Amino acid sequence: MTLRLLWRKSLNFTMLSLTGLCALITVSALFFILGYLVWNGGKDLSWNFFTKLPVPLGETGGGMANAIVGTLKLLLLATLFGVPIGLLGGVYLAEFGGRTIPFVVRYTADLLNGVPSIVIGIFAYALIVMPMHHFSTLAGGFALGIMVIPTVIRNTESFLRDVPRSLREGSFALGANKWRMIATVVLPAASRGILTGVLLALARVAGETAPLLFTAFGNRFWSPGWNQPTSSLPVVIYTYATGPYEDWHQQAWAAGLVLLGLVLVTNILVRAFLTRGTSYERT
Amino acid sequence: MATTPNAVTPAEFAWSPRVLLRRMRDADEIAHLITLIAAATLLLITALLVYQLWVLSAESRAKFGWSFFVTKTWDPVSGDFGALPFIYGTLVTSAVGLVIAVPLGVGGAIFLAELAPPKLSSALTFVSDLLAAVPSVIYGLLGVFLLVPIMRTTIQPALKATLGFLPLFQGPAYGIGFLTAGIVLAIMIVPFVLSVSREVLLAVPRDQREAALGLGATKWESTWKVIVPAARIGIFGSVFLALARALGETMAVTMVVGNNPIISASLFSPGYSIASVLANEFSEATGNLYLSALIELGLVLFLLTFVLNGLARLLILVTTRRGSGVLPS
Repeated sequence: MTLRLLWRKSLNFTMLSLTGLCALITVSALFFILGYLVWNGGKDLSWNFFTKLPVPLGETGGGMANAIVGTLKLLLLATLFGVPIGLLGGVYLAEFGGRTIPFVVRYTADLLNGVPSIVIGIFAYALIVMPMHHFSTLAGGFALGIMVIPTVIRNTESFLRDVPRSLREGSFALGANKWRMIATVVLPAASRGILTGVLLALARVAGETAPLLFTAFGNRFWSPGWNQPTSSLPVVIYTYATGPYEDWHQQAWAAGLVLLGLVLVTNILVRAFLTRGTSYERT
Repeated sequence: MATTPNAVTPAEFAWSPRVLLRRMRDADEIAHLITLIAAATLLLITALLVYQLWVLSAESRAKFGWSFFVTKTWDPVSGDFGALPFIYGTLVTSAVGLVIAVPLGVGGAIFLAELAPPKLSSALTFVSDLLAAVPSVIYGLLGVFLLVPIMRTTIQPALKATLGFLPLFQGPAYGIGFLTAGIVLAIMIVPFVLSVSREVLLAVPRDQREAALGLGATKWESTWKVIVPAARIGIFGSVFLALARALGETMAVTMVVGNNPIISASLFSPGYSIASVLANEFSEATGNLYLSALIELGLVLFLLTFVLNGLARLLILVTTRRGSGVLPS
C-alpha cells in the first residue's frame, strides 16, 4: 500500500517537474534568441548603419538606411489601407451587426488571419504587380495592409463590446443618436484597447518577409515615391543571410537585431502601458 | 400623403429610392452603411483572393489535372510540373515540428494553467506571446548560422550513432534538411500550442479539479485523468492551429530546408516545401504555365490552411463553450 502511494507521489513529482521544464524551455528560447542576436549583431551597429546606403561588394562600411525607410513606408501604407477598414468593420460588428453577417465576417476574419503570408503575397502580385508590370512599394504596402485587417477588426470589436452598457445608455439619455454615441462616447472609451490592437498588428507585419518578396521586391538604392521597388529590413536580412559573403552575414545580424528590437520593444511597451486598465475604469 | 417628414412607417416599402434617400439623411443610417461597407470589404478581399488563385491557376489545372499532385518532375525548361516533392516536404517538416512542439507546448500549458501561481503564469504567458511575435526571418537567421552547424557536427551524428538503424536517421549529415526545418518550425509553433492550450485548460470548471482531489487523486492524476481529457478537443484545436501555421511558414523553412525537390525517407535529406518554392521561384517564373503551376501550389497551400484553421476554430469553440456552459453563471 505504501509502495503504491510512494509510486503515485513520485510520479506526481516527476511529471509536474517535467511540465515545469517544458514551460522553462519554451520561455528561455526568447532570451536565448535575443541574447544571441545582441552578441552577434551588436558590434556591427553604428551610426552609419542607420544613415548610409549599402556599399558595393568589397568595400567596408555602409548601412541600411534605405531598408529602414522602406519598412517605414510600407508600414505607413499598410496603416492607411488596413486600419480604416479594420476599425470601421469592428464598429459594425460591435454596434450595428445583426446575426448572420457579423458571424460570417468574424469567421472570415479568423480564416484570413490564418492564410499563409506568402499566399497574400501572390494575391498582391496578381492584383497590383501584374497589371502595373513592375514591383512597387504600393504592392508591398497593400499586401501588409491586408494582413493587418483581420487583427484590427477582431480586436476593435472585442474592446468596443467591453465598454459598459451604462455609458451607452447615459449618452442616449442625453439625447445623442447612435453615431454620436459611438463617435463621442464608446470609441474614446475603448481607444486604448483599439490602439493596442493596431500597434500589435503593425508590429507583426513589420517582420513579414514572404509577402514582400515579389511585391516590394528589393532595392540597393533609395526608392523614390511609391511606385518603385523598395528595400525593407526583413527582405534584406533574408537576402544577406542566404548570400555568400561574410560581410553580408554580419550586416544581416545587425539588421536582425534592429528588427527584433523594433518588434519586441513595440510589443512590450504596448502590452505594458496601453492594456493596463481602460480609460473608463479610471474615471 | 400628409405624414410628418422623415417618419418612415414600417408599412412603407423600405427599399424604394425615395424612402431610402430619406432614411439616408439620418446620420445613423449613413454610419451604418459606411461601417457595413468596411466589413463587406473584408469579405470582398477574401472572395477576390480565392477567385484570383483559382483563375490564375487555370492553365496548370487544365494541363496537369490531378496528376499534378502525384508526379515528381519539376522542370521549368520543358514545362513539366508536379507538386509531389513540395507537398511531401511541407507535410514532413510540419510533422517533425508537431512531434516536438506538441509535448512541449501542452506540457508547458499544464504547468501554466494548473501549477504556476497566477503572477508567474501570466508573466510566462507574456514571454511566450513575445516569442510568438518574433519575425520568422529571425528564426531563419538563427537557423542558418547557429542550428545548421550544430546539426551537422553534433546532433545528426549522435542520432545516427544511436537510432541509425531507422531509415529516418540515415544518410549523410548536411546540417540542412527536413529535420532542421522541423526543429525550427517546432520552436516557432510552441507558443501557439502553449497559449491556446492554456486557455482551454483554464476553461475547465474548477469543480472538476476539486472533485478529483477530493477523491484522493494526486495533483498529476487530477490533471492527467480529469482536466486534460475534459479539454482534449480544445487541445486538438490548438494542434490544428499550430499545424496550419507550420504548413504555411515560409522564410524560416526556406532558409534551412535545403531547397532541393527530393523525396527521401531520411530526415537528414535536403528537401523543399510549397511555401519555399513559391518564395524562391515566383519572382523569376518565366512563361504563363510556370507561373500558373506556382499559383496552383499557392492554391493548395491556401486550401490546406483554410480547412485546418476552420476545423481548429470549431474545436476550440466547442470546448470553451461547453466548458463555460457547465459553470454556474
